[in-house]
Amino acid sequence: MADSVQVVVLGAGPGGYAAAFYAADLGMQVALVDEEKNPGGVCLYRGCIPSKALLHVAKVIDEAKHAGNWGVTFSEPKVDIDKLRAYKQGVVDKLTAGVGSVGRMRKVRFVQGRGTLTGPKSMTVAGPGGTVDLQFENLILATGSHPTKIPSLSLDSPRMMDSTSGLELPDVPGSLLVIGGGYIGLELGTVYATLGSKVAVVEMTPGLLPGADRDLVAVLEKRLKKLFASIMLNTKVVKVAEEAKGIRVTFEGDVPEKEQVFDRVLVAVGRRPNSKIPGLETTRVKIDPKGFVEVDGQRRTAEPSIFAIGDVAGEPMLAHKASHEARVAVEAIAGHKAVFEPQAIPAVVFTDPEIAWCGLTEAQAQAEQIEIEVAKFPWGALSRAITVDRPEGLTKLVLEKSTGRVLGVGIAGSGAGELIAEGALAIEMGATAEDMKLVIHPHPTLSESVMEAAEVFFGQSTHVYKPKRK
Amino acid sequence: MTEFKVPELGENVATGDVTKVLVNVGDTIKQEQPVLELETDKATIEVPSSVAGVVKEIRVKRGDKVKVGAVILTVDSNGGGAAAPQAAAAPEQAKAPEQKPTEPKAAEQKPAEPTSAAPTQAAQTAPTQTKVVSMPMRSTEAPPAATPAAPARTDGRAAPASPAVRRLAREIGVDINAVEGTGPGGRISQEDVKEHARRILSSVGAAGASGGAVLARPGRQLPDFQKWGAVERQPWTNIRRATAEHLSYAWTTIPHVTQCDKADVTALEELRQRHKERVAKAGGQLTITAMLVKILATAVTKFPQFNASIDMDRGEIVYKKYVNIGVAADTDRGLLVPVIRNADQKNINQIAIEVKQLAERARERKLTPDEMSGGSISISNLGGIGGTYFTPIVNWPEVAILGVSRGTTEPVWQDGSFVPREMLPLSLSYDHRVIDGADAMRFLRWVVEAIEQPFLLSLIG
Repeated sequence: MADSVQVVVLGAGPGGYAAAFYAADLGMQVALVDEEKNPGGVCLYRGCIPSKALLHVAKVIDEAKHAGNWGVTFSEPKVDIDKLRAYKQGVVDKLTAGVGSVGRMRKVRFVQGRGTLTGPKSMTVAGPGGTVDLQFENLILATGSHPTKIPSLSLDSPRMMDSTSGLELPDVPGSLLVIGGGYIGLELGTVYATLGSKVAVVEMTPGLLPGADRDLVAVLEKRLKKLFASIMLNTKVVKVAEEAKGIRVTFEGDVPEKEQVFDRVLVAVGRRPNSKIPGLETTRVKIDPKGFVEVDGQRRTAEPSIFAIGDVAGEPMLAHKASHEARVAVEAIAGHKAVFEPQAIPAVVFTDPEIAWCGLTEAQAQAEQIEIEVAKFPWGALSRAITVDRPEGLTKLVLEKSTGRVLGVGIAGSGAGELIAEGALAIEMGATAEDMKLVIHPHPTLSESVMEAAEVFFGQSTHVYKPKRK
Repeated sequence: MTEFKVPELGENVATGDVTKVLVNVGDTIKQEQPVLELETDKATIEVPSSVAGVVKEIRVKRGDKVKVGAVILTVDSNGGGAAAPQAAAAPEQAKAPEQKPTEPKAAEQKPAEPTSAAPTQAAQTAPTQTKVVSMPMRSTEAPPAATPAAPARTDGRAAPASPAVRRLAREIGVDINAVEGTGPGGRISQEDVKEHARRILSSVGAAGASGGAVLARPGRQLPDFQKWGAVERQPWTNIRRATAEHLSYAWTTIPHVTQCDKADVTALEELRQRHKERVAKAGGQLTITAMLVKILATAVTKFPQFNASIDMDRGEIVYKKYVNIGVAADTDRGLLVPVIRNADQKNINQIAIEVKQLAERARERKLTPDEMSGGSISISNLGGIGGTYFTPIVNWPEVAILGVSRGTTEPVWQDGSFVPREMLPLSLSYDHRVIDGADAMRFLRWVVEAIEQPFLLSLIG
């Protein structure tokens, strides 16, 4: 006899558990299915959270090193890799257990195991506790994504890592090649480089962080050039082969040394949606050519009782996008007229300095021929940035030319990830440069850069002399 | 290189559909030469060039929706010298006049915003071509409120409204992209959404009982007509849509009353016959309509509440100190209402010439929006086709309209016997909010008497 619930959520990442909890809050009977012991998903177990714990440590090491410039010298750091790993694991355990207990308080039934659909309204979950049959009225697919594997770079060797094994922190290799200049590669590269590895980054395209505006990336790149042993752009890895001393990598492109040997190689070339869900063929759910589950504005699939959210439902593959979609899907199930229509999904690269942007980028505006004006405020004129000796940052507003409406915000600099939230709020609220200018920002903080960028638009920035063109 | 952009098209006209491109790349154009035919909500306009030179590039093509200010074409204005070699290259380029079409700016459509100059009930100055058109009841722009999935964006950009405001709009079934924002940068507030909803509701309110199937609201589901036989679907033209929106608004906003009377036009008709040759020589056509324009022009100066508009927002009645008479004209594209300006200051001869010219311009699609706005009162003459009486719809923001049906010879009791007289049926529809029945009857009687005693007109007009 199958257990019957109103909603089943398959996958307990930040999208899935948010959906399950919200559905419970709205009074539905909910089962949350995941292979892990607790909710959390990639974000908590193998993504956002462990990487940020490690990046925090990296930042402390880096600041200690720079303290010499300020007259304070520490001795060389000694890294106890086991203890560091344990710290990271502690963070993960604490958060996943916390999420698990919040779910129990809401009476969300957590079913550990792998779900197989047996039809549009039923599923079998095979787990450590045996097999459970579930019947439901609605299903939310939140199965997430996995690191992209490139067959030619697949090598069965412990020296080869993806983002998951990279976060396991097996050791601090003498040399590390990061394949992929996207945010995952740069974040993990930063961790390893700070811990002492000689890190090389190889990127196929002409620039790091494709998709981000170049002026923001330039701020980061300047610092990464010092941190990393090399950054190879316009370069492709054509071959990897294991040798006694390491992995021999063959490059093709703008690089003098076509063959180099590394102790470890980290492949971070993107992620693919987990849409090969067992039994999905028993439903009318459609998958698009890129492997994403096709959904409408409410995140409803072609099978009307089934919804999909998060990485499996399309780009951008970000936890905060997933958890927002979760609320839309649940509200749709509850019969509300909710629609997923964000104006700004912030993207943050947690390197040092951080890069964050949301809404319209300058490059996008140019490509789409939208008439914009860009107002930039360089952190060299920002007192708070000077006090912490990080004047390299940049805050910019992408504004609609005719109205001054904020369409996009980009920030490069220490703490950009925290600052970008104001940008997202501005865009969603339809704020104009004038609004941003008229809001009092606390002094001395990095947030003043947002206000002053708006003042730049009017040619009235206190700390930047740049009269408005007539 | 000089750019030529879409000029101002008239009051409240921001966009138009390109119906014809009249020049090719390589053509040498002069100033004032028509280069484009645009269909707007109000009229089809030939756009004359403000620049001269050799056309280098045409950035629009047939079917594009263009905004005021959009670049139509660029010319090399370095005089005629450069024209020759480029003209030689023209045939090849002329084959591809759509080389760089601008992105069709998808539907900058504004919602059911009633416009003062749009058409009214069918009628016409040249009676032989008059036809009655039925009033459509559904808008093509009705938002699909039944399926609240992704809303149809009108342009790439989302409306400037906060998430809570967007949610409110979605929940009450308002298309946020149709709401006009009153905040800085056009930001839409909760109040704007509510105001928009109120306007929609007030325009459908009166029709509520009959299904409320008026503009910007989904009505009842249409049946599948193919069950009963073949059908053909055609998109609305801008004029058709504007007519529907305008009349729906007028019909649902104005409490209409229609009063009828009959005028003895025997004497007027004699006058008409006597003078029509003279008027024809002057280039006009002395029609009953032209004479009625003069009579109405005089009538509204005697009855100022017939030359008024209601400002509901301010709780005021606007009395106009000018007298412009709208004359409904039937064209192959639908109804247009050109306006005879300052008709009170013109004699019947001048009016007859003007009515004829405007009717011709209407049929040739040359009326400008300005020629169709600012009316005091309208006249709708269906007499050329027939009919006894009908109930015309007031051409908002006007407050009255005179409908004219076919005159017939009737026996009239006069001085102890029946005599044959030519009788003209008149229907006066008016806005009861500003005009009471007794006043309307007095007005109509005044018109009837003016018709019956044409001499009075010259005496008091």
